[in-house]
Amino acid sequence: MRAIETFEPPAPSKVNYLNAEYGLKSWLLTRDHKRIALLYLGSITFFFFIGGIYAMMIRLELLTPQGDLLQSTTYNKVFTQHGIIMIFFFLIPSIPATLGNFLVPMMIGAKDLAFPRINLLSWYIYIAGALVTIYALLAGGVDTGWTFYAPFSTTFSNSYVVATGLGIFINGFSSILTGLNFIVTIHTMRAPGMTWFRLPLFIWAMYATSLIFVLGTPVIAITILLMAFERLAHVGIFDPALGGDPVLFQHLFWFYSHPAVYIMVLPSMGVVSELIANFSRKNIFGYKFVAFSSLAIAVFGFLVWGHHMFVSSQSVYAGMIFSFLSFAVAIPSAIKVFNWTATLYKSSISYDTPMLYGLGFICLFTIGGMTGLFLAALAVDVHLTDTYFVVAHFHYIMVGGALMGYLGGLHYWWPKITGRMYPEAWGRFAALIVFVGFNLTFMPQFVAGYMGMPRRYHAYPPEFQVFNVLSTAGASILGFGMLIPAIYLVWSMRYGKRADANPWNLPGLEWRTQSPPPTENFETTPVVTWEAYEFAPPEEIEVIGRLRGEFENV
Amino acid sequence: MAESYTTTKHAEGHPALQHHFENMEQQREAGTLGMWVFLVTEIMFFGGMFLAYTLYRSKYPAAFASASNHLDITLGAANTGVLILSSFTMALAVYGTQVGKRKLQLFCLALTIVLGLTFLGIKAVEYKDKYVDSLIPGTLIPGHPFSPAVQVPGESFDEHKLHLLPGATVKNVEMFYWIYFAMTGMHAVHMIIGVGLLSFLLVFSVKRRYGPEYHNPIEVTGLYWHFVDIVWIFLFPLLYLLGRHLEHGG
Amino acid sequence: MQSWIPFIPESASTMSWKVDALYFYLSGVTVFFTLLISIILVFFVIRYRRRTPYEIPRPIAGSHKLETLWTVIPFVIAMTMFAWGARVYFEQYSPPENAIEIYVVGKQWMWKIQHSTGQREINELHIPVGRKVKLIMTSEDVIHDFFVPAFRMKADVVPGIYTSEWFEATKPGTYHLFCAEYCGMNHSGMIGSVIVMEPREFDNWLSGNAGNQTPAAAGQQLFQSLGCVSCHGANGEGGRGPTLAGLFGRQTLLSTGQTVRADEAYIRESIINPQAKLVAGFGPIMPTFQGQVSEDQLVQLLAFIKSLQIVSPQPATPGQSPATTATAPTRATPAPKAK
Repeated sequence: MRAIETFEPPAPSKVNYLNAEYGLKSWLLTRDHKRIALLYLGSITFFFFIGGIYAMMIRLELLTPQGDLLQSTTYNKVFTQHGIIMIFFFLIPSIPATLGNFLVPMMIGAKDLAFPRINLLSWYIYIAGALVTIYALLAGGVDTGWTFYAPFSTTFSNSYVVATGLGIFINGFSSILTGLNFIVTIHTMRAPGMTWFRLPLFIWAMYATSLIFVLGTPVIAITILLMAFERLAHVGIFDPALGGDPVLFQHLFWFYSHPAVYIMVLPSMGVVSELIANFSRKNIFGYKFVAFSSLAIAVFGFLVWGHHMFVSSQSVYAGMIFSFLSFAVAIPSAIKVFNWTATLYKSSISYDTPMLYGLGFICLFTIGGMTGLFLAALAVDVHLTDTYFVVAHFHYIMVGGALMGYLGGLHYWWPKITGRMYPEAWGRFAALIVFVGFNLTFMPQFVAGYMGMPRRYHAYPPEFQVFNVLSTAGASILGFGMLIPAIYLVWSMRYGKRADANPWNLPGLEWRTQSPPPTENFETTPVVTWEAYEFAPPEEIEVIGRLRGEFENV
Repeated sequence: MAESYTTTKHAEGHPALQHHFENMEQQREAGTLGMWVFLVTEIMFFGGMFLAYTLYRSKYPAAFASASNHLDITLGAANTGVLILSSFTMALAVYGTQVGKRKLQLFCLALTIVLGLTFLGIKAVEYKDKYVDSLIPGTLIPGHPFSPAVQVPGESFDEHKLHLLPGATVKNVEMFYWIYFAMTGMHAVHMIIGVGLLSFLLVFSVKRRYGPEYHNPIEVTGLYWHFVDIVWIFLFPLLYLLGRHLEHGG
Repeated sequence: MQSWIPFIPESASTMSWKVDALYFYLSGVTVFFTLLISIILVFFVIRYRRRTPYEIPRPIAGSHKLETLWTVIPFVIAMTMFAWGARVYFEQYSPPENAIEIYVVGKQWMWKIQHSTGQREINELHIPVGRKVKLIMTSEDVIHDFFVPAFRMKADVVPGIYTSEWFEATKPGTYHLFCAEYCGMNHSGMIGSVIVMEPREFDNWLSGNAGNQTPAAAGQQLFQSLGCVSCHGANGEGGRGPTLAGLFGRQTLLSTGQTVRADEAYIRESIINPQAKLVAGFGPIMPTFQGQVSEDQLVQLLAFIKSLQIVSPQPATPGQSPATTATAPTRATPAPKAK
């Protein structure tokens, strides 16, 4: 039976989740996962621009070797806050809380997540954490670095450490609840016929991410709590003056914060699987390998935290174990990259904006991932740790990787979410600008790092200036490139071309209901009888040629 | 997982069935799995403190033994008994709900609450004793710093004074007490939340909301309660029973 | 600070080229795979672009052979990187015997350096070329990191413990010293220079800056002024307190039955927190000196105690030693592996 045949396009209805109810209360008290996704979308976009402003300040200061634009304490606060905002208030929630919330129920054929009220609660917790953090920033800011190392954070810093820590602590519960919701939903609410290996790879990625949310976030919560008490009440497990061990803080901190980087990149990898498959009309090569790689990354990611501590006075033998495991965790990511590439072989590739972001991800993530190997290699890490090499490496993963995936997903599912298409030409243009600007910003930083430029430096020796100037030039281009989608996406919500249920002609469950979807997602719960990414049943494939024009009815 | 789900537009059925679930069975499965996942997060949350405890106990064994000896083992053991009993009454409450024995359900829920409050009461007594002996670490209570009286060798035994084993220092004893308060304090917070949840359940049970067709909330709260009990079962020996063989009396 | 190879800092230590070699290997592999993936992507994207709007390509499920290939090959390559990195790392973090020991105390926001021969420096470290140098470091406040890019070496400087790093300079010159662990307001100002000199010049420098006490001599003065002699004896021969002569590096039996090695950390701890590791057979009567001695002074006491040697070994009752003299060493006694 043809996958497409079972799909009866729903009678187009004017009522969808956006206009089913009006009024502030219907949004602030909603239980609809789609509306909650939009609440998150607005919040994280706001924080993205705050974090971006901090980034601009950093890059402007670093144009010259002297610390002449900002005072050093101000600069220290700026880079700290750039990190905190971007990591905790943008990247970690980005794909899970927006695209994940919106799409997980739809892609598995459910009406909502397992716990809709907890979903809403998680947004309110996010907002509460955000407000506490904003208070801390406005009251005077925090200057410990986003890593909050003791004893500087517990005893020596004169900034709003406790308030910021509280904000992040609260925010962590938002993550935990989202992850819990996803795990339960994926286990118990799949539509009939939607077996595990028929799930879109985006769901596998969200599942793996949720495992990390649930297992890792509580550890940072308790770490922040202990640090805060130490600072407030002079009780100590971290400050050596109180009998404590500062390296213990690093172990506890990185036990979460390393898996956190997989929280940031796994969802993006899930999006990329969707983009590559759907915009080349071919199932992902090695589907099971990609699915299990997501799980492997989640599990192995918990075993490598010590690679942030190779020079911290950790034992040499512990360093070796962590180095070995860090190389091991790179392998599943490599497997994914090869499988995505192989998917494109003998496929049918369209150059839509989402595909461009997907391709950009593969290229930049390869660079980011391989430069991670430099840092996993002990001897080289001794030289490179705490230099700009590390900064470049993680920006390649988080911006070149995670952010590109996010933008690609946002564009891909934009018609489903809003019922409108974004302007394609502008989309492609912006993708190109972002790609160029990004590389120009961060490639020179690899060189500056190996040359010895330390990170978190407000002023630096003059021989590093050329790299910093290139980097700032790139950042300007990157910033401009980010502004463009911000403008046209908002514009499209009012003036974009209206999209129908399946503007891209794809088999995924989310495309089998109208755009925007009704509140209950599906008129009737679908029964799934086809495999993932089955563009047409195997016996009816023609490599080149027209189909019988069914798509025109859709 | 693959049971026969109906595919009707709106699942008719039990008034407690939420609209996004297909049927009560799915709702119950989701609720139970959700609570298990939540308990895993709690394990990770407490885990950080258990790690700190393990580390510093191996670093300062004499101080930890001295401080542990100074805790009131009678009260601690009493609390352990109270909690274990409360887990039993909780399990009975769940059973009572499942089979429709309403009296058993109500009585056991109420008894569990009472036992929980008893635990918290005994804890409060212990905390007060620490306050009186100036064993509250750091400046947790401003103006009342950590300054216990230390037993001088040769003096007659004074239960309010800290007896330091060879190698123990007051500073490291303070570390023990911080870990003690952090762990038992966090545990107590979870107990309070548990008692709160049970109170809601009791009120709703009186209103006949739960019975054999719908008892998942009581089941999952039972899971939570048992977890909080298990955490205490780990805390008690680790905090109260160190080095008892080195010390006579208690 | 550029070497003749672009984008590489100057190489000035015996380890520099070893790290660089691995770096080049990693770079080569990275460039190779990046180009490989990028070129294949570009090729596929052009060759397999959509030509008609409704075409659907034949699905390909996968290939176990390919999966194995591109799992095993990257894994093997990764293992070569691991093994190479681990080997060089082990050498980087194994301080050699017979190294010149120099004490470093980091504090917000400067480096205080004490040579064993008495010279003191702030933010500058003079060392001779061709000699192994071992830094024994601690911090007075927060965590810092002693980073010399030209030597490809760094190690965190942690309060409460001693950490160490070693290097052997191969080329005279002046090289950057950076603090590489964020430490507050003037982190970027906590920089200086490592000045490597030819042996003759270095000797000149030493004599030109002599007149300062050696750390060991300063330590001896502290040993007297703080009253240590009353229990440990003027030359560490012992008495009411344990013998200190010849103690450094030896195994010591504690009152708990444990045996520990008397390294730098042990000695420092025993001054700050004497009851933590009580020596067997002695009562807990030593007062604590926490707050009364700075990290600099602790380093001086450490240097003095290290210098206490048993001059004429004679069979004596355990715990006591015959007369000893304190010597100001020009090179360290065999150094234990510091943590």
